[in-house]
Amino acid sequence: MKRVVITGAGTVNALGLDVPATLAAMAEGKNGISDLEFRDVDRLAITIGGQIHDWNTEGRFNRQQMALYDRFTQFTLAAAQQAIGQSGLEFVGDLALRSGVVLGTSGGGLTTQDDNYRMVYEEGKNRVHPFVVPKLMNNAATSHVSMEYNLKGPCFTVATACASSNHAMGQAFNMIRSGMATAMVTGGSESMLCFGGVKAWEGLRVMSKDACRPFSINRNGMVQGEGAAVFVFEDYDHAKARGAEILAEVIGFAMTSDASDIVMPSKQGAARAISGAIQDARINASEIGYINAHGTGTAANDKTECAAVADALGSHADNIMISSTKSMHGHLIGGTGAVELLACIMALKDGIIAPTINYEEPDPECALDVVPNEARDAKVDVVLSNAFAFGGLNAVLALRKVP
Amino acid sequence: MSDVKEKIIEIIAEQAVLDPSDVAMDQSLEELGIDSLGLVESIFAIEETFDISVPFNANEPDQSDFDISSVSAIVKAVEALIADQKS
Repeated sequence: MKRVVITGAGTVNALGLDVPATLAAMAEGKNGISDLEFRDVDRLAITIGGQIHDWNTEGRFNRQQMALYDRFTQFTLAAAQQAIGQSGLEFVGDLALRSGVVLGTSGGGLTTQDDNYRMVYEEGKNRVHPFVVPKLMNNAATSHVSMEYNLKGPCFTVATACASSNHAMGQAFNMIRSGMATAMVTGGSESMLCFGGVKAWEGLRVMSKDACRPFSINRNGMVQGEGAAVFVFEDYDHAKARGAEILAEVIGFAMTSDASDIVMPSKQGAARAISGAIQDARINASEIGYINAHGTGTAANDKTECAAVADALGSHADNIMISSTKSMHGHLIGGTGAVELLACIMALKDGIIAPTINYEEPDPECALDVVPNEARDAKVDVVLSNAFAFGGLNAVLALRKVP
Repeated sequence: MSDVKEKIIEIIAEQAVLDPSDVAMDQSLEELGIDSLGLVESIFAIEETFDISVPFNANEPDQSDFDISSVSAIVKAVEALIADQKS
């Protein structure tokens, strides 16, 4: 089995338009949630989110590209450029044939759908732009990364709601580990902050009107975010041979299904995914120092997740730190695990644990060290990143400090 | 029987897959076999039927001003919302 390392990272999200800005914001416990700005926002009951307000496409993409790039594709390409640039890889010859792209998204080109449905239904237009289909399809971002960087191996998009990115990165990891690929561009992207996107979530009545407060007893729901994070996963021997800078090693991955309820989480399903990742990584639970929680800030997720961690880690659960950075950047749905992997890399590489902000009052059902409100300096060697999706689909990654 | 009461019993009965005559006013939704998803759907149906907005967050069902402890409590709460929002 090959060892797998991360040699590049890129992101755009509400906390920053690159990795250094995002990590600095996480270390400061910055709140990236703000008032939403888009058409018809006055008809929404939920009016806050982790929106990227300063997104400027000028100079980034030309007119022809803009006609084909939904916002989720734009975010992906910006993050991919940073990640591939950092890795220093150039995909030519055999490397291009043995490298691919696996990205997560849940809504894909939802803004494109929203705009065009509005045009034909509300405005009564009978004609839409010729590129609506290639712009809205869920695999558009993956395909554009493949085209832009000449990645000719396995390329596909994974959609498992809030676990999409973790499932995607798990596939990328296993493809390299098995020897099927040399390098994989992976992560995820989401852009659901448009009228139809937020209106749909409103209906479920699980959104907060004021703030995302994971693990706090007065939490009252999730807050959506948008953006992307993209990584270069690479065969360790290949990275070492070319002297690449290694950000972290990916050592394990597991996925499970609750097979029980379409929205309510299950402790058993989550705990099996956590234990599975530990087993897959061939480590002892006692080596884990930090867990980046799914931590949505809903009543159901946070208590179920804490119970699952306690189940899977036993008494060691009281020694680890667990935080939810969704409190800062919001829930990026299909892109969330990717942005959250940045907090894992910061923990391993810089020894800084990102906090759970907006934490106000302890919840006896979430009695773990949730790193409340302020980042912490700590040396950790192994971390986990949890993602538990609607539909009961769970995906957990394990990472280790640079070998 | 008031119109509001009748319509709410219909909504709840449909959600519980019961005949409206089998819904007792002192029963809770839980006793009627309505789970959290059924509750959210019932509230949606109430909002659509009476053209009102019901203040309800699934994360804090007990802290909402909207009393859902029994069928009669729901009827009372909806009547209050109608009086409030339609005046």
